[in-house]
Amino acid sequence: MKKAFRQADREALITLGLYAFFFVWWTVFAFGLGSGDPEEYSYVWGLPAWFFYSCVLGYPVMSLILWVVVRRFFVDIPLDAPDEEQHGEEKK
Amino acid sequence: MNVALVPLTGYLILTLLLALWAQRQASKNTGSGFIEEYFIGGRAMGGFVLAMTIIASYTSASSFVGGPGVAYKLGLGWVLLAMIQVPTTFLTLGVLGKRFAILGRRIHAVTITDFLYARYKSDAVVILCSVAVLLFFAASMVAQFIGGARVFQAVTGYPYEAGLCLFGVTVVLYTAVGGFRAVAVTDALQGVVMLVASVVILFAVVRAGGGMEQCIQTLKSMDAGLITPSGAGGAIPAPMLFSFWILVGLGILGLPQTTQRCFGYKDSKSMHDAMVMGTLIIGFLLLFMHLAGVLGRAVMPGLTSGDLIIPSLILELLPPFWAGVFVAGPLAAIMSTVDTMLLLVSASIIKDLYIRYRLKDDTSKISARKIGRMSFCCTLAVGLLVFLASFNPPDLLVWINLFAFGGLEAVFLWPIVLGMYWRRANATGAVCSMVAGVAVFVLLSVGKIPLGGVHAIVPTCIVSLLAFWLGNFRGRPVSDDVTRLFWGD
Repeated sequence: MKKAFRQADREALITLGLYAFFFVWWTVFAFGLGSGDPEEYSYVWGLPAWFFYSCVLGYPVMSLILWVVVRRFFVDIPLDAPDEEQHGEEKK
Repeated sequence: MNVALVPLTGYLILTLLLALWAQRQASKNTGSGFIEEYFIGGRAMGGFVLAMTIIASYTSASSFVGGPGVAYKLGLGWVLLAMIQVPTTFLTLGVLGKRFAILGRRIHAVTITDFLYARYKSDAVVILCSVAVLLFFAASMVAQFIGGARVFQAVTGYPYEAGLCLFGVTVVLYTAVGGFRAVAVTDALQGVVMLVASVVILFAVVRAGGGMEQCIQTLKSMDAGLITPSGAGGAIPAPMLFSFWILVGLGILGLPQTTQRCFGYKDSKSMHDAMVMGTLIIGFLLLFMHLAGVLGRAVMPGLTSGDLIIPSLILELLPPFWAGVFVAGPLAAIMSTVDTMLLLVSASIIKDLYIRYRLKDDTSKISARKIGRMSFCCTLAVGLLVFLASFNPPDLLVWINLFAFGGLEAVFLWPIVLGMYWRRANATGAVCSMVAGVAVFVLLSVGKIPLGGVHAIVPTCIVSLLAFWLGNFRGRPVSDDVTRLFWGD
């Protein structure tokens, strides 16, 4: 069971990494492209470029990355593996 | 306008039938088996239902009515803010998912309070959690009902009370009868309804505004602030925007209604799938609804209250029959939040309080049929109370609702996260963190103390973390049993 917990912890760290990535993506595009004068904005599909990249493109990109990461680094561990030592205690 | 009622009623009946069907899938179990069946659906959710139920219980009236309403007033900056919630599903599942699933099975947990009791072995923690759940959920449910009844009134023209009866009774009934399986399956249906509604509403707005480019240019000529990240008149300063990364970002790890879902899925694969699907779907939903709110301003400028934008768009842009179909979107968002909270309040009363304190955790003292009847009656009673309170909402509940979201995070965030990832976290620390968190949050919010645009949740989280750390020195060290249960050594 210890191994399962270790794996779960590793996956939690990866998740936080992805979360940080999304934060950076969101911030860089929103403020990098959107801080200037609205008169000088460029547009993609009629939307201001900052908005297009941070909001419209952001979540599909994130989902795609998740798809890859989950397949590469997340392990299919059993969730109800009986643990010999624990068996007595869980009954209380 | 009567014609709008036909699809709406049909939808409510469909929800009820689906709930009944789901309930029949449940296996007949005894004793503690019943509890796990009724309150967590026998831990059998697959990826799609898991993703949908997390999204549906998270997205509420505020994402479908309130949020687009603010977006109407402030522009694209508010959509940017809403998109902070995109990671909700993958963050909850990725950080808590597997540990919750494994531990939930070991300790037979159906609520977050169960989990916290197993971790801290403290009655004070259980009582505080239960009070927080009962109080904040009751207030939120009433607020959701009110929101739903107002949308119904705006779209159909029927009185507020009629709408309240129609969908209030539906949601209370199917939750009480079907338990978790009914909630999860209807959440999935409601999620799909929300998705379709958001697409139709957005496309209707873009068409009415003469295309996306035209809409944006119209907004720009009204007020250039509407198309900047800081919003119209700079109403969304950067400190506020970034504090939402706590309030609706990392802080969601402390929301019992979404984190509880981590107990209920079938296997690792369901969780992996749900992380990907959930992110795509919630991003889509948030973007479409909030963008519809913003663009709605180009089509219908001059609404007195932003909250009216989504009902008004549905009413003005869609033919009456279809208005009835798509008002189901906001109602679905509301019902799927209420059903989850209702069941959790009931679980809290039955499992966290009655079974733990009256039966001393020994479910063999009571027959499965009796516990079943009690759970059903309890859910029904709580639902009816909330329903009745919504006719003439008491000021106190309306007031509490203002703190419900942040308050839940203040109570649950650190006890959950540190309980899982800090071996030395003990009960005293957890209690200090809960009390200090709520106190600071309420004081800052009630006192309207200016924090330079920073949301009250940010200092709240810092103070409750400090309180945890300080309280932890005074507490007793964690027992070996708990360490073994939670870390496997």
